[in-house]
Amino acid sequence: MAAITMLEGIRQAIFEEMDRDPAVVALGEDIGVYGGAFKVTEGLLARFGPERVIDAPISETAIVGAACGMGYLGLRPIVEMQFIDFIACCFNQVTNFAAKSHYRWGAPVPMVLRGPSGGGVHGGPFHSANPEMYFMHTPGLKIIYPSTAYDAKGLLKSAVRDNNPVLFFEHKYLYRRIKEEIPAEEYTVPIGKAVVRREGKDLTILSYAAMVHTSMEAAEMLAKEGIDAEVIDLRTLLPLDRDAILASVKKTNKLLIVHEDTRTGGIAGEIAALVCEGAFEDLDGPIARVTSLDTPVPYSPPLEERFLPNAEKVAAAARDLAKY
Amino acid sequence: MHVANSVKETGTRAAKLTREQYLDLYYYMQLNRQLEDRMVRLFRQNKIVGGLYSSLGQEAVSVGTAYALEPKDWLAPMIRNIGALLVKGFKPRDIFTQHMAKYTSPTFGKDGTSHFGDLKVHHTISPISMLGDLIPVMTGVAMAGRYLGQNIVALTWIGDGGSSTGAFHEGLNFAASQRAPFVLIVENNQWAYSTPVARQVPVKNLADRAVAYGITSKITDGNDVVAVYTTTKEAVEECRAGHGPVLIEVKTHRMKGHAQHDPAEYVPKEMVEYWKARDPIARYEKFLTENKIWDAKTKSEIDTRIEALLDEDQKFAEESPLPPPELAEQGVYCDGCHTIEADWQRSKEELTPPNCSVDAVWEVKSFGSLDPDAAAEMKAAAQAKQPQQLQARPGNGAPPARAEKIAPPTPPKALSNPSAVKAAAEKTAAQEKDALETAAALRVPFGRGPKDRAFREERAQKEKSRRGKRGRR
Repeated sequence: MAAITMLEGIRQAIFEEMDRDPAVVALGEDIGVYGGAFKVTEGLLARFGPERVIDAPISETAIVGAACGMGYLGLRPIVEMQFIDFIACCFNQVTNFAAKSHYRWGAPVPMVLRGPSGGGVHGGPFHSANPEMYFMHTPGLKIIYPSTAYDAKGLLKSAVRDNNPVLFFEHKYLYRRIKEEIPAEEYTVPIGKAVVRREGKDLTILSYAAMVHTSMEAAEMLAKEGIDAEVIDLRTLLPLDRDAILASVKKTNKLLIVHEDTRTGGIAGEIAALVCEGAFEDLDGPIARVTSLDTPVPYSPPLEERFLPNAEKVAAAARDLAKY
Repeated sequence: MHVANSVKETGTRAAKLTREQYLDLYYYMQLNRQLEDRMVRLFRQNKIVGGLYSSLGQEAVSVGTAYALEPKDWLAPMIRNIGALLVKGFKPRDIFTQHMAKYTSPTFGKDGTSHFGDLKVHHTISPISMLGDLIPVMTGVAMAGRYLGQNIVALTWIGDGGSSTGAFHEGLNFAASQRAPFVLIVENNQWAYSTPVARQVPVKNLADRAVAYGITSKITDGNDVVAVYTTTKEAVEECRAGHGPVLIEVKTHRMKGHAQHDPAEYVPKEMVEYWKARDPIARYEKFLTENKIWDAKTKSEIDTRIEALLDEDQKFAEESPLPPPELAEQGVYCDGCHTIEADWQRSKEELTPPNCSVDAVWEVKSFGSLDPDAAAEMKAAAQAKQPQQLQARPGNGAPPARAEKIAPPTPPKALSNPSAVKAAAEKTAAQEKDALETAAALRVPFGRGPKDRAFREERAQKEKSRRGKRGRR
């Protein structure tokens, strides 16, 4: 089996799920004839036709609203946001309509809302967002943010089969930069399960999406200095894999959280609270975090570099933590 | 531009209803009013947990529109459309218990008012408080119904106030671009909370909005239940025949404040008197009497039936328990508690590759020129240069795409009604003419753009030959 990119993994998941079940349909802007801004849906229209692959007007609210309606009639729509930044335009449909539907009146909304997110590609303030925390605060949603081609494919297939509204963030920096071999046979990856990317005993680096790769790079640097870091990839942010987080903290006694999202109100704060509640006695040092700055994502390369975390910043924070 | 509005006469000649149906309309309107009347009393006794929003004076809108739907059709009510819920088959006890936050309510006390629905039997979608959101949702319902071959129509309401929201415009535009079988009732009750319609919307009729979406619109008297029914029935049939969506503006008046707490002192007294004289139930009672559809005995029988039902259901609601506190923690996610299964009324085979596979190209019917002869020029250009038929690149093991253009969503099914059949035939002829024109139109190859290699090479070639010519000169 040849190595595939994360983008190809996502593409395969969509094709396979639409092949498997005619109730699965796709909606979005420029996803049909054009094949999507990043070509994730290339060939989808040719294979599945205009009834199943719907090129929609630039109306995020209409697209997500319609997907809710389709879900009520038993379809399983996969919605593409051309860039995930535009999810802000349909915030109400996502948080008030879709997320609360099952709790309020027992009507599940089986919808996947996916799109390219994240920085590092000089997209500027409106094409680089990591908006996960706006939605972490919304009961009823599930949030997935994978870091590998294997996970992206397996988790997207699970998301399509899930009965709840699932936000599926695809880090665009990883789309074509990482490659890996994936099994020829069908597989899925369960939602809500973190994974250990690197075993270690001295401290835990907890991360997700593109920052998993940054954290791995930092861990290799640290290894040369005699610091053995464990790297955990959350994969799913909502619901959080509380058990995996606590188990690792209980093992290494030190926790560094790395995320590309901005600092204040980022997931590090939530995880820090969770660890204090569940493993305070096990901590040998303060819970540390490396995050982006509390600013919009700047456009110019030196500014964006300053804004984003990188392996050096992660390693430096880990060294400080290791001293405890 | 001429507005395709047809102001309906408030008469009832067009309606072809049986006596039972005429009496049904009365029953539901009166049930609606008496139910709400009791809820006002319950509110004053502090037995309603939250707010209470009156639909007094608007009963004909809720009942007349919902009555035009078939059981398989879908609706989504707004807060004042209690009458529509009753027509759709919900019981007064559902409304009582919802407002009283009881465990026996359709939402088990998790939400109140008309914020409930039922996907399996009543085909009703729960509203949320953010206005306009139901328009895209019901567009999706209509699209899914068509996709599944169910031949259903989706209907929802929006107020004069809600017609200013972004969701209204995005949703209606999407519905129109999809030709979705969707009826939107714009319930113009003259007031968005305390703001009169003229201060919200600078058009004479809210129905005029339809022009912007290229859809049919109608205006009707919202206090004449038969007119409301007839107009909606027409719209529903147009949608079922594939000519949706349709917007209907119903002119009515909210006779109470925004909710119970609001004395509505901002409404001129003369305006209240004007509409009071046009009370939809009093008017309909007069109509039934004048046309000898009923007599005093029939009326009293129906009224007694309503009283008995309301007595029973109010008692049920008052005696029902509040929900157990631990329920608050349950039901955030669907963890397999609901089975999601579509009701397929067409063959899945049609939607399975290779049957559903197409040649992924756009049909471009106009170059968008201001020139009135642009279409003719386009045809000439197309004939001069035979369209280059590029096949879509087969991706991910996709079979070679069939040479088939992308057609607009499923064509309409003809009605048995002779005039509708004639209209459909004319429509088909027009579509054929359209198709002929389309065949001559240029086609944009799949994925063609500056990043496309063939495109770049072709351009480079042209550039080269142009330079060559210049060089010779």
